Amino acid sequence: MNAETACALTARDYKSDLKPVWCPGCGDFSILMAITMAMADVGRPPEEVAVISGIGCSSRVPAYTSCYGFHGVHGRALPLATGLKLSRPDLLVIAAGGDGDGYSIGGNHFMHACRRNVDLTYIVMDNQVYGMTKGQPSPTTPPEWDSALVPGGTGLSPFHPLVIALAAGANFVARTFSGDAKGTAQTIVEAINHPGFSLIEILSPCVTFRPEEREWAKQVHPASVDATEDRARAARRVLTDDGFNTGILYRGNRAPYQPAFKPDDAAKVDFEAEFLP
Amino acid sequence: MNQIETTLDRPVTNVTAMPRQSLSIVMLGSGGSGVMTAAEILLRAAARAGYYGLMTKSFGPQIRGGEAAAFVTLSTKPVEIQGDRVDLLLAIDWKNAERFAGELLLGANTLVISGEAGAELPQIVTEPDPRLEEINLKTLTRSHKGTRPNMVALGTVAGAIGLPREAVAALIGERLEKKGEAAMAQGLTALDLGYEEAANFSLSKLAAAPTEAARWIISGNQAAGYGAMRGGVRFAAAYPITPATEILEWLAPRLQKAGGLLVQAEDELASINMIIGGSFGGSAVLTATSGPGLALMSESIGLAVAAEIPMLVIDVMRGGPSTGIPTKSEQSDLNIAVYGLHGDAPHVVTAPNSISDCLFTAQWSTHLAEAMQVPAIMLSDQSFGQALGIVEKPAEQAFAARREVAEAPGEDYQRYALTASGVSPMALPGTPGGQYTADGLEHAESGRPSSGVADHNQQLDKRLRKVVDYDYGDHWAQIEGDGPAAIITWGSTTGPVREAMRRLDPDGKRLRLISLRLISPAQPKALAAALQGSEQILVIEQSQMAQFFGHLKAQFDLPAMADLYARPGPQPFRADEITAKLEEWLS
Repeated sequence: MNAETACALTARDYKSDLKPVWCPGCGDFSILMAITMAMADVGRPPEEVAVISGIGCSSRVPAYTSCYGFHGVHGRALPLATGLKLSRPDLLVIAAGGDGDGYSIGGNHFMHACRRNVDLTYIVMDNQVYGMTKGQPSPTTPPEWDSALVPGGTGLSPFHPLVIALAAGANFVARTFSGDAKGTAQTIVEAINHPGFSLIEILSPCVTFRPEEREWAKQVHPASVDATEDRARAARRVLTDDGFNTGILYRGNRAPYQPAFKPDDAAKVDFEAEFLP
Repeated sequence: MNQIETTLDRPVTNVTAMPRQSLSIVMLGSGGSGVMTAAEILLRAAARAGYYGLMTKSFGPQIRGGEAAAFVTLSTKPVEIQGDRVDLLLAIDWKNAERFAGELLLGANTLVISGEAGAELPQIVTEPDPRLEEINLKTLTRSHKGTRPNMVALGTVAGAIGLPREAVAALIGERLEKKGEAAMAQGLTALDLGYEEAANFSLSKLAAAPTEAARWIISGNQAAGYGAMRGGVRFAAAYPITPATEILEWLAPRLQKAGGLLVQAEDELASINMIIGGSFGGSAVLTATSGPGLALMSESIGLAVAAEIPMLVIDVMRGGPSTGIPTKSEQSDLNIAVYGLHGDAPHVVTAPNSISDCLFTAQWSTHLAEAMQVPAIMLSDQSFGQALGIVEKPAEQAFAARREVAEAPGEDYQRYALTASGVSPMALPGTPGGQYTADGLEHAESGRPSSGVADHNQQLDKRLRKVVDYDYGDHWAQIEGDGPAAIITWGSTTGPVREAMRRLDPDGKRLRLISLRLISPAQPKALAAALQGSEQILVIEQSQMAQFFGHLKAQFDLPAMADLYARPGPQPFRADEITAKLEEWLS
């Protein structure tokens, strides 16, 4: 990217004119803003960026950008993004979605994407609820949260995505809050620039089904320590914090998985000799 | 009836007198006995000597050890199935041989050679009252240092059927070259011991081989992989599953050589989505699986239909439902392949009709997928996939993946523009001005989500039109003969039907074969034309619920008078079974 084009691109250039389906007050609006701000900062033109998602409120995000996008099936954003990035290493590939999509139905892919460490940035807008299906508990919902589908609450310990990401081998782990669009944008830029698989878990209140999450604005606070390169230390920190520490928690140095992909001309394929008796 | 084949069941007075055009051999032994290596060398040597052949394998459920049987039919003519009866069975040992009950088609004319001197033979072997002989592999190999029982067994079989020693010796030399001169010499000693033993047994020899022509030894799984690569596939993602894994293991290093890539995914949900991602990026892609994997993939194949993503999914069918019989063949995934997607989801389903046709059909299917921007499911099966055939070198085909790409999309570019053919130029990521979001949600021409009536109807029509109006040419079916009695079949049932037809109707005057290569979309007009002048119709398939027959009735306007012969696997159809069925049907 040369300086001249980089200067020419603003957040607005990465936004489409499609109106989001989100409820007024949804945290995802400011995350969309943060994503477009981050893209402008990184400076790759929109056609060189692909935003990949599954299903859910936040998974609607690809079409709200001016980039190439794929809004696939529920839970499979990461394998789709993986296939694209491995066969098109020239592109900047971002996967995005919610907690149900990424941690429940897509949980296996989440672990394996961390482990595979393809150079992807995964943005999870975690509102601790299924919003599109109108209010069911997700893997990150507190155990006592009452709902029509699970009366009296799940009674289950919430899933801890950051610890799992660390254990499974993610190369960059961060937590931000949707209310801080600028900070989130800056973290996304760092995630994109960091090689390998980057997870950004963004606390994004669902004002419709979890109105109490409005309080998150008061609860979040920047982590009092800097990012570590020590996976065990990072895991201990996130296991013992209050869940509202924001910032970059871990920066690893694993080499990304990116086998050579340079297909030659179809006509050159000749394996006939091995079939001769 | 064909003279050669009738000799199989006729009482034999002098079995050595007449050379045979075709011989069926079984080599049996416990896992680790080297029986498969020996059988493969036998097949390869026969190929070099100018014969056609087929080798199929049967294993117990054990990962290692257990009993293994190699079935080899060698012939002066093309072979698509194992012979009706085994002419020669050689067992290195008899451990757990009972598990091959129903598979070992022994008769009074079968020569059984026990390699375990003094061993009690299992009842399934003695019951048909075959000719019993013995060699003492233990004594022979002990008295010649470094010789192995499987190489002695190989020499015995090769000698008994009259295969030239030089062809076998050359192969042993090539195989053992790396292990040094001593190993080579021991291998050849073992071979000669076997040839010496063979002189004691009386068995018809194979007739002289036809003129040597360009032949290949290839499995259906290799052929499918190679066909897909010839079609342009360079990116694959997959999860291991029997009996499709060999496609993947064949492809992985060869894709690498061609600059491509195969990724092992964490499950089939991932593999299908990885190739959707690869195809969205512009690569011709494939995954290979079997029934259970196809079931897991079906939601995302629906996505590929909606988002118009070309891809090849090869299903190497096995006995089902559920885990079923992973190592044996059945034609029972037709329904899930054709009807298993949710919504109205037009796509392509193809099926090869022989081992070498796996190459053609995979290449053609890749071409169809790319040309129509649609998923194509190719239904191969275990009996093709895991069999090694000596086949005519497949003809070169001109198909290559050709996707209509929007190279310079203008301001009014619409990814899902309504076109006459239904195919809309696809902008690939990286192309300025072509940005769109591929979506499983119903969408407008632009790609933007839409639940409007007009958009849904127009996009449904477009997706159906591109698949239904496409000109599939003559490849939709393989048609042989033009007799008044027409047999409609598909996939691996084609071989036994073809062989039965050769026996009953060598001139192709009474019978007609229509083997469908294009299972879906249905081609009722083409089928009606192919059936012109037929007075009788019989559908033959390997599925308990007659899935193919049901599909023909529902989608192909199959005439009401059509008869049916359907049964499940795992027992493969043999020519004598089909011949008997046809005789009964024709009478």
